[in-house]
Amino acid sequence: MQRNRTAKSAVLGIPVRRPASRPFTSRTSSALRRRIVLGLLVLAALVLITISFRETEGGPLHSVQGAVAGLLQPLEVAVNRVARPFEDAYDWTTGLFDARSEAETLRRENALLQQQVIQNESALQENVDLKRLLEYASAPSFPADYRPLAAEVIARPTSAFEQEIVVSVGSADGVQQNAPVVTREGLVGQVTILNEHAARVRLLTDEQSAVSAVDLRTDAGGIVRHGQAGDALVLDRVRKDAVVSVGDEIITAGWRSGQLASLYPKGITIGRVTYVGQLDTDLYQQVQIRSDVDFSSLDSVLVLVGRKPAPRLP
Amino acid sequence: MNAADSGIVAALVFVAVLLQATVFASFDVLGGTPDVLLLVLIGVALLRGSVTGAVAGFGGGLLLDVITLDTLGLTALILALTGYWTGRYGETTGRGRSHAAILAVLVAAILVALAGFFLHFLLGEEVSARRALVEAMLAGLGLNLIFGAPVFALCRSLLRPRAGSERAVEVRLLG
Repeated sequence: MQRNRTAKSAVLGIPVRRPASRPFTSRTSSALRRRIVLGLLVLAALVLITISFRETEGGPLHSVQGAVAGLLQPLEVAVNRVARPFEDAYDWTTGLFDARSEAETLRRENALLQQQVIQNESALQENVDLKRLLEYASAPSFPADYRPLAAEVIARPTSAFEQEIVVSVGSADGVQQNAPVVTREGLVGQVTILNEHAARVRLLTDEQSAVSAVDLRTDAGGIVRHGQAGDALVLDRVRKDAVVSVGDEIITAGWRSGQLASLYPKGITIGRVTYVGQLDTDLYQQVQIRSDVDFSSLDSVLVLVGRKPAPRLP
Repeated sequence: MNAADSGIVAALVFVAVLLQATVFASFDVLGGTPDVLLLVLIGVALLRGSVTGAVAGFGGGLLLDVITLDTLGLTALILALTGYWTGRYGETTGRGRSHAAILAVLVAAILVALAGFFLHFLLGEEVSARRALVEAMLAGLGLNLIFGAPVFALCRSLLRPRAGSERAVEVRLLG
């Protein structure tokens, strides 16, 4: 027989009646039932997984699965049809939200592609330049005692007072002090400062440049210097009796006198005569020449490395 | 649980499976999708207890496996355990607590994702852990919390809460 005992609540201090305890067997059976149901479900699921996983596609379980799926298919289609307008509306709305970020992404991609196009064009131009340099290097007019060393221009004149560039080859590549630098169009200048992997080149247009030159047609000699303006050059010290005409090609003289020799090999194109004039009071003719080299946009050049030791002053 | 309740639960789960497989599976928001079947299951389990939850989970999961032509029993196993756990939670510590449903959704969604990943891994299927356990799960959690309110309201209106017939005695004494 059950007992209805009373006890005092610890907090309130009032007597409370304890509820009658339930029969122990009822609670136990309820928990047992729960566990049995769960156990059976888990077991069934595991059996299904095992069979489904190990069975071939044409096995009985897959056949049943396919059959039931086939039965439910019309329902799925119906639900899909009903939901389609809502899905479309949702897609349209999200599309609107995505449009801005998509436009931003496309803008970024566009900028990137433009950059790539510029890089490609630059590479193409560089390729063309290098090919032309190689053609020149293998041409018969290329100085025989030198080997060409292709170099990229890595720095250009920062001001009009400084007519010098920096190229990407140095002593480690065999470049020597005062080495001539050329392009297919003609003489560019000479190496003035050298380190292991770079060299500074003084351009022909620099105030300090001076190159012994001759008229290819008449052999009239002189010294090419920087002219009055821009890239203009003059052939100085041409005697009055020497014959020089407009359009004549001026090339390096490449003289040698005993152990002394010119820094430039003979036969490198410098430019063409654009003006010849003389005053009675002048000692020499005034000869202006124009180089085909665009000194303001040099991208690649050839540094001439001598096969023989460079000439030295005694 | 009487026959009417059983019918309502079956219908709820059936509709949820159909909607999940056809509509909500493609409702992609930030890489996640709402799991309406899970929400219905949690609602049913909280209102009708662990046994009903387990059976509903097993049935719903099996139906989903059939429709999606997945390995049979895989989702059934996960949802049966989820239904059972949610039901026990509702019968014991969660009963009468306002946050019980939210907590159940959070815990169940995480456990379902983990169990799903683990089982698929065991079966040798290629699953990205980052995708399944971070990206999809976080977005899915948020969506489940948003969709939870209307789904639970529907479940509550169809399945009236019962008096505490299966209320755990030990919890009542301690609580």
